[in-house]
Amino acid sequence: MRNGIVQSIDITIATVSEPLLLESGRTLTPITVRYETYGSLNEERSNAILVLHAFSGDAHAAGYHRADDRAPGWWDTMIGPGRALDTNRFFVISSNVLGSCQGTTGPGSENPETSRPWAMSFPAITIGDMVEVQHRLVTALGIETLFAVVGGSMGGMQALEWVARYPAKVERAVLLATTTQLSAQAIAFNAVGRNAIMSDPRWNKGDYYHAEPPSQGLSVARMVGHITYLSSESMRMKFGRRIQDNDGTARDTEDQFAVESYLSYQGEKFVDRFDANSYIYLSRAMDAFDLAGSYGGLEAAFSSAETSFLIISYSSDWLFTTEQSKEIVFALARTGKEVSYTEIQSPYGHDAFLIEYELQSELISSFLRSRRITPGGR
Amino acid sequence: MRESAVAGDLIYESIVDLVEPGSAVLDLGCGDCTLLERLIQEKSARGRGVDLDARMIQECIRRGVSVFHGDLDEGLKDHPSGSYDVVILSRTMQMVHKPKFLLQEMLRVGKKAIITFPNFAYLVSRIQMGIFGRMPVNRHLPYPWYDTPNIHFFTYRDFAELCGPLGITIEKTIFLKHGKRITTPFPNIFATDICCRLSAEPSSQSI
Repeated sequence: MRNGIVQSIDITIATVSEPLLLESGRTLTPITVRYETYGSLNEERSNAILVLHAFSGDAHAAGYHRADDRAPGWWDTMIGPGRALDTNRFFVISSNVLGSCQGTTGPGSENPETSRPWAMSFPAITIGDMVEVQHRLVTALGIETLFAVVGGSMGGMQALEWVARYPAKVERAVLLATTTQLSAQAIAFNAVGRNAIMSDPRWNKGDYYHAEPPSQGLSVARMVGHITYLSSESMRMKFGRRIQDNDGTARDTEDQFAVESYLSYQGEKFVDRFDANSYIYLSRAMDAFDLAGSYGGLEAAFSSAETSFLIISYSSDWLFTTEQSKEIVFALARTGKEVSYTEIQSPYGHDAFLIEYELQSELISSFLRSRRITPGGR
Repeated sequence: MRESAVAGDLIYESIVDLVEPGSAVLDLGCGDCTLLERLIQEKSARGRGVDLDARMIQECIRRGVSVFHGDLDEGLKDHPSGSYDVVILSRTMQMVHKPKFLLQEMLRVGKKAIITFPNFAYLVSRIQMGIFGRMPVNRHLPYPWYDTPNIHFFTYRDFAELCGPLGITIEKTIFLKHGKRITTPFPNIFATDICCRLSAEPSSQSI
């Protein structure tokens, strides 16, 4: 059944009297957070699940904003009545991360001191800062303990940080295609994306909010990103060496390979909804994320967690690899945590966590339904 | 990977007896985690399973038992040495490609190992092989040669002979016939299944 109409809500969680102290040491105010909720909070306030979006995601995770919307929220297959994150049972919260550009405060927001957009004067933000903002949001909603945090990719990084920061407040964590630190290869691709943006003359050191934005640079950054989200196999299956709008016989300089055309389309579509400076800030936050470095080792980061974990990796994901997931799994095992791990066989690369919803749904709903068996019977 | 027959459940009985209360247990080829559930409930064990089958993993997760997806033929390379009190391998040794390697891995990762396996020297199998000249197919070994998960055929004696040179001590052996313990003479003839607790330190065997 199709999910229904949902609404985004904006809430201010940091004011001049209560600014947010960032990991960088700077303070930030005001901070607005855009979020959506699905399902209802029970009386005990014990059924809240926080969904954490990936790099370019937003608060709109499920349902439709308008009856004639063409596409639902980004994780609509997973959230709704009877779905893995069952809204008949759970109160699901999804918010846009700090530093983004889709309702939550970021470099495109106005700096109250100058009445101009922050642009590159926006303070550096971290995954930890994003979690701090989410913690304020959740607290404002009257929730003390989360039934679960669920996130893939950069969302999984936030879930890990939640467990490390608030070990007694997260009962379950579902980590999909994620890592405790990006590989050098992943950082390299992010660097190419940032370079594409910064070398667009329209970027103008980030000061473009009253002029034409650096769409060309941002679009190239997104194209690079999309290459990393797919696998060689999924590209071969999806495009092969097909020529777009052509029977494959004639070739002239105007012809584009289908894969080229796909990347251009993704790039162009992206510039309509994303801010180039946010791309820079969020990708830097991902690059800098290092759970072991911040907490003196993974075991130390997990030591006081009262959380049980479900960790899923995807066989063809070369950006956030199975090996990186296993590092988390075995660090948790060494600290005696309840952790289940599986690798889903999928050709879809890093994007698999947004695509492989069938098996993933079964695993996640099983995990969320499970009751720990205890010595001496249930 | 494991047959879930009544005999299998009876074999679990022997395994449960051999596990010390409160142990940290790793069950290799854990299937639907029936054994782990019993160990957690009856022996206050801290249990974790490994299986290759996605459906089994889902079932373990549903039952609330920690489980890792993994291929036993790759060994236990991700598991640190000495991280479990007991590593269990039930009715699976005859199906893996490198049984000797896995046995050593089990005793690297665990302080003790418990292994159960079908005894290919069981009387009925001996008769089928020795008298009729056919590969054994019986209640205890139900598969025809061309369609069997069993790729290594060994007996209790073979197994004991392997353990010696590897410095592995068989601490305790339970002989089973269709799931029931037997204490008859010549158990290598009458046992359909063997259940052993192993350790890497020297110790005296008691039956």
